[in-house]
Amino acid sequence: MPRKSTLRSFKNRDVISVRDFSKGDIQHVLKVAKTFKARPHPDLLKGTILASLFFEPSTRTRFSFESAMERLGGSVISLADAKSSSSSKGESLSDSIRIVEKYCDVIVMRHPLEGSARLAAEVSKNPVLNGGDGANQHPTQTFLDLFSIHETQKKLAGLHVALVGDLKYGRTTHSLAYALALFGARLYFIAPQSLQMPDHVMRDLEKIKAKYSFHTHPEPFMPKLDIFYATRIQKERFPDPLEYEKVEGIYVITKKLLKKVKKNFRILHPLPRVNEINYEVDNTPYAYYFEQANNGLYVRQALLALVMGKV
Amino acid sequence: MREFRVYAIKQGTVIDHIPDGKGVAIIDLLNLKSWKKIVTLGMSFPSKRLGRKDIVKIEGKELNPNEANKIAIIAPTATINIIRNFKLARKSQVEIPEVIDGIVKCANPSCITNHDHARTKFYLESAKPLLLHCHYCERYLSEAEITLL
Repeated sequence: MPRKSTLRSFKNRDVISVRDFSKGDIQHVLKVAKTFKARPHPDLLKGTILASLFFEPSTRTRFSFESAMERLGGSVISLADAKSSSSSKGESLSDSIRIVEKYCDVIVMRHPLEGSARLAAEVSKNPVLNGGDGANQHPTQTFLDLFSIHETQKKLAGLHVALVGDLKYGRTTHSLAYALALFGARLYFIAPQSLQMPDHVMRDLEKIKAKYSFHTHPEPFMPKLDIFYATRIQKERFPDPLEYEKVEGIYVITKKLLKKVKKNFRILHPLPRVNEINYEVDNTPYAYYFEQANNGLYVRQALLALVMGKV
Repeated sequence: MREFRVYAIKQGTVIDHIPDGKGVAIIDLLNLKSWKKIVTLGMSFPSKRLGRKDIVKIEGKELNPNEANKIAIIAPTATINIIRNFKLARKSQVEIPEVIDGIVKCANPSCITNHDHARTKFYLESAKPLLLHCHYCERYLSEAEITLL
């Protein structure tokens, strides 16, 4: 259920699911992130400790959270290796959180089980930021996606956004579609039929009266689009390798595909890319995925500062 | 046809209009196997409203609203009759609660509640058709996917 558009205080708040945030909340996060991008705040979180609990591998999310904390003057304690942590000795997640919260002021956590971040937030007195809970939510990715879209388009309302690739298993597209729909964007779900948006996501989108359509090929829509959000299609998602070969080339962005796009058109990708975006596209004015990854730093600084009550 | 096929009770609860075949699940849900007084289960009684129905009579126990609402998850058509001194003291229709705490198991094998010490919690999304929303993994459970803990 979307929250009313009133702004709640962010101090001590958990960041678990994009569904917990109103339009007003989201706009506030983006506004604060913009100030962090414009100007460094090297001492804002001095004396504050972030516990970085990644129970499964992560490169960008973990690095950008840890870097965000360091750049705000705080420090980081982290799991050296999830395999050597006490959870591998059979300790429950709730117990691990109860212990870790004593050593820190704020927690970021990635965990393979869905709902783990919500549980951690209920156990911990300190704010918990969800760095990804299985196939469920990855809210800080959604915030940085929205920040990048707003940065390139100067608005979120009424944009034409294509979400392309693996929409079934790609959790980033689920919460992004939800957040964009809150702002009244027109969504194009472009994917092989077997990798289209799952029913539970569509149910949520229906509830907030999202405007959307389903497609299998991107070409006809290119001239209309403001944002092309590409995701990786993994070969192992297809039971039949022949099926994968059939769709493999359809979703690859090449210079040729970009011939008729609008001037403000931009390509985003949560990264890592494999072959969805041809390297020739990197030097066009439409490529924005590396800046998007960079924006993760400012958005995470903003969220850390907000939940610590410093902005 | 005889009017009464099971004993009338003096004091307690009659759960009527249980969908055919769900009576046993109600006995499990209310943990009546360990209830030391008389419990009567009637199965497949003819019913104008349901075609066939089950009935559970519990001697010496008045169900509270919380217990009655638990029943609604597996038997949404059930009616609760509180009996005092062989007479009907109160009759009510069960109602599925807005928040369902610790009764239903999440059908998502990757949900944290199936792995950690967490009490399950669901929100009622729709009563007809029955649809629940997991507080933790955020998945929806349809009626066919609902199993009780």
